[in-house]
Amino acid sequence: MTNMQKRKKINLAVTFIFSLLLSFSLFAGGGDKANKGHAAGKDHKHGTHAGHSHDKHADGHDHHGHDDGEFDVTGTILHHIADANGFHVGGDVYIPLPCMIYNTTHGKFDMFMSNNFGHVSHGNGEQTYKAGSGMEYKLVADRIKPVDGSNIIDFSITKNVFGMLLGSLILCLIFFSVAKACRKNEGKKPTGLQNAMEPFVNFVVEDIAKPNIGHKYMKFVPYLCTVFFFILVLNLLGLIPFFPGSANVTGNIAVTLVLSVITFLLTNLNGSKDYWMHIFNPPVPMLLKPPLALLEFIGIFTKPFALMIRLFANISAGHIIILSLVSLVFIFGKMGASMAGAGAGAAIAVPFVLFMNCIELLVAFLQAFIFTLLSALFIGLAVEEHDHH
Amino acid sequence: MLLLESSAFSLVTPDWGLVAWTTIIFLLLWLLLGKYAFKPIAKSLEDRQNSIDDALSQAEKAREEIASLKADNEKILREAREERAQIIKEAKDQAKRIVDEANDKAKDEIAKKHSDAIAEINNQKMAAIMEVKNMIGAETVKLAENVLSRELSDKSSQEAFIAQEVSKINLN
Amino acid sequence: MGGGLAAIGAGLAVIGAGLGIGQIGKGACEGTARQPEAGGDIRTTMIIAAALIEGAALFGVVVALLKN
Repeated sequence: MTNMQKRKKINLAVTFIFSLLLSFSLFAGGGDKANKGHAAGKDHKHGTHAGHSHDKHADGHDHHGHDDGEFDVTGTILHHIADANGFHVGGDVYIPLPCMIYNTTHGKFDMFMSNNFGHVSHGNGEQTYKAGSGMEYKLVADRIKPVDGSNIIDFSITKNVFGMLLGSLILCLIFFSVAKACRKNEGKKPTGLQNAMEPFVNFVVEDIAKPNIGHKYMKFVPYLCTVFFFILVLNLLGLIPFFPGSANVTGNIAVTLVLSVITFLLTNLNGSKDYWMHIFNPPVPMLLKPPLALLEFIGIFTKPFALMIRLFANISAGHIIILSLVSLVFIFGKMGASMAGAGAGAAIAVPFVLFMNCIELLVAFLQAFIFTLLSALFIGLAVEEHDHH
Repeated sequence: MLLLESSAFSLVTPDWGLVAWTTIIFLLLWLLLGKYAFKPIAKSLEDRQNSIDDALSQAEKAREEIASLKADNEKILREAREERAQIIKEAKDQAKRIVDEANDKAKDEIAKKHSDAIAEINNQKMAAIMEVKNMIGAETVKLAENVLSRELSDKSSQEAFIAQEVSKINLN
Repeated sequence: MGGGLAAIGAGLAVIGAGLGIGQIGKGACEGTARQPEAGGDIRTTMIIAAALIEGAALFGVVVALLKN
């Protein structure tokens, strides 16, 4: 009976995820159709603008080296690890995502789908789009830019935001069910998903929180668990090379910035008297106090800064290496001109990429662990109270 | 090259829209998962750990208790065995004593009866002797009477008479 | 030109980090061999130290990337 129910629930979850994906792709198809007409009409009205932007994009394509047979490795890799306003599934299949632009110069807010920029190739939109508020936007190098050069803040649901939402959904599904199982199975032996996930939570609590924070650890367990699983699930999603994954979220400095700022705030807001004493009044001779205090003060900021850079650079570097290896196929194949070269490139690239993916799996866990461990360490140093002898 | 530079630069320049989204999503996730998932899970893990520790220490205690109970049982059993032996010994002694007493009593009785019998016999003997003595006296007196009543002239006849009289004395 | 120099800078950063993390690994190996029962603590300390060094190296790499 319970087994049936469980299976039903899993089915429901799977159906939900698939319907989510399906609705996105349907949305994309519908959007494409609707926008073809739209774009045609727009061309009529703003013919000059459209023509202008087309010229510019022809330039852009040249820069990318897509047309002249020379493969631009750096540009391709940077495009692939950057954020984007839509998913390229393969070929011409493009899943658009909603764009939300707040124009600070004109105080106007616009919301539209990213396939309004027409065919998007390597982060460059085919045409400009005149949004509902009358502002015109274009897509250049994965960034939405206003045509008139005004300042905007881009609140779009980009690939990364979509990835974070997907990761959060997965985490919620997993851990709410585990928490429910914990409540239901109280005092009994854990089963199924609960059995699978409890060791991870136990690992964060027993091996990260407890030894580094001390007896006040329970207060920080929710943060440490959330940050560990958030980073872990996004690292793993980032390793999936196609649609639902493929977003390089934890390799984006904005994401790691937020995480490290939260660690910074948690550390310093929970700082004990001893912690601040140690920073501003270190136990050294009078003459050494000012320089050391300065160093300690700088240390407050460099620790979370290193946290931010470490996660960002590790994950990005992994993606860059894998993309570089994949690029070998295109370099040797001379963009399809030499099939033999492409074959040789693939023969070299495939085993190396496989190897790198295994390493990246390890790194995905390791970086989630290190971020959480160092956060716990910093928090532990801050909340620690020395007993004065 | 302009495109390339802007791409590389954007790699290390945080996009404020993404910062805003990350903050919102992460804080929400922290709130939801922290409150409704990780705290209960961590608590249940801790509870389970404590209950397992408790159960183990209790089992240890129970084992010790059983061991001490066993020792007690053995002690009681040993004591019971000793007591039984004691009781049996006492019973045997008592039985022996009773038998001995009965024997002694019987012997005494027999001895008493024996002495009583002897005394009775003596009494009877004495009585018989007395009777004989009385009879002898009476016969003697009677004889003397007879002797005296006859004329004590003739010696021979006297003697014959005495002999006759003596023969008359029946000492049965 | 700038790209080449940046690549050399990144390479230098990697050499430094590689040497440092190698030393940590060596120390951890020796420590664990000498006292196998402290292996868990040594491993954690090793990972923390390696992560800190790696952080410093990544600063270099990021600066090199910035100047690309």
